[in-house]
Amino acid sequence: MKEFRYERPADADAAVALLTDAPGAAYLGGGTNLVDLMKLGVAAPDLLVDVSRLPFEEVTETDGGGLSIGAAVRNSTLASRGIVRERYPIVSEALLSGAPAQLRNAATVGGNLLQRTRCLYFQDVGKPCNKRQPGSGCPAREGVHRDLAILGASEHCVATNPSDLAVALAALDAMVHLVSAAGPRSLPLTELHRLPGDEPHRDTVLRHGELITAVELPPPVPDGRSAYRKARDRASFAFALASVAAVLQVRGGLVHHVRIAFGALAARPWRARVAEEALLGQPATEEAFGQAIDRELAAARPLRDNGYKVPLARRLAVSVLADLAAPEHGGPR
Amino acid sequence: MGAMTAVTLHINGERFSRELDNRTTLLDLLREHAHLSGAKKGCDHGQCGACTVLLDGRRVNACLLLAVSMDGTDVTTIEGLSDGNALHPLQQAFLDHDAFQCGFCTPGQICSAVAAIAEARAGWPSVVTAQDEPEGPVELTAPEVRERMSGNLCRCGAYVNIVSAVREVAR
Repeated sequence: MKEFRYERPADADAAVALLTDAPGAAYLGGGTNLVDLMKLGVAAPDLLVDVSRLPFEEVTETDGGGLSIGAAVRNSTLASRGIVRERYPIVSEALLSGAPAQLRNAATVGGNLLQRTRCLYFQDVGKPCNKRQPGSGCPAREGVHRDLAILGASEHCVATNPSDLAVALAALDAMVHLVSAAGPRSLPLTELHRLPGDEPHRDTVLRHGELITAVELPPPVPDGRSAYRKARDRASFAFALASVAAVLQVRGGLVHHVRIAFGALAARPWRARVAEEALLGQPATEEAFGQAIDRELAAARPLRDNGYKVPLARRLAVSVLADLAAPEHGGPR
Repeated sequence: MGAMTAVTLHINGERFSRELDNRTTLLDLLREHAHLSGAKKGCDHGQCGACTVLLDGRRVNACLLLAVSMDGTDVTTIEGLSDGNALHPLQQAFLDHDAFQCGFCTPGQICSAVAAIAEARAGWPSVVTAQDEPEGPVELTAPEVRERMSGNLCRCGAYVNIVSAVREVAR
């Protein structure tokens, strides 16, 4: 591991100032991804600014009936909160379906959103990778890419975003609150992560030194039901091959409100806006769900070994939506 | 030597203070500086759980935490669980249920199980807990134990007996 200096500032302004003046610096949250990447030589910051104890540790109701989640809240704390389980169960489900308890106890909300791809080439400094070393190439396109992207990838990068939480937040229309030397700003979660294009080394739209302070959820959709479902190679402690978060509100048999987000298919949580638009006002039937998802997944461009993700994502989404439309059949809340 | 930082924490109730290279992990602090070799270095990447310890009562992988960020914390390792020669109930249960073979993962398994039982008693759900389960203590059924202990790998494959040991103490 490369040497680094360590600072633990008392407030966000000091943290931002430290990072802004140091191009090689990085924020340290729970460290569950960053420290690992430092051991692998993938990340080599010369200064770590520890933000894990900044006063962003509260989960509070907002005046508008939503929920504000501090960026330093640990994943396990958020997943077990009564108000989260009751009003935003997909947040709890998504968090609990990722990592084991040891990692969830350390990992922060802000860090979860900024974790890097688990693409094998990105994590192996002996291999080329455009995300790790721009211009070095992408062996994944012809190599091992079974886990990698089928949507929104580019010739330069086919990495996927590994977060489960981000998928649930995308379906909930969450906002991300940021602070930088230029002051505070807010973004929809769906605009935080970038598609690779020709700059795959930029995972997000954050500027250097910009710090996530909170995630804000709007009030729950009245009578809306939601679920998160994840397919993976083993039943626990594995990243998704595909996952879906959905929120559905049906009135008089018709889709009145629907949000669908896919995980593990792209470099960012993939909001299925084409499918959402197609479903609005349509009968809440499996047939309609299937047709809408097919329209969304028509944009998929699978590689040699990840074409299975298309039918997998379709089945996940249709089964989740069908369960949500038929609560009397014992589906999830 | 690289950049150093002074760190003070409590390990198994005793104060420990040291100037450490910033690159030192909590696991290396425990094993190399505090000479507590119970927590094991298995994968050193947060994938096996052999280094599991309790940080302010919560289970964590010591290999992924930087010692410099642990200032002021309370750490409990496997060495801190027994009361002299009186074993912790989970240590005894692992013996009674033959819940290990080589023993390398055992300190991490036991620390993890101590926290898993506390989490279930505190009503923390797991992904296999029914969504409509009322709040309150969660019963540690076999599927619950398997899910909640999934961060601790055992290459000998003693899982069946580990599940029985944890369930006995959870009752």
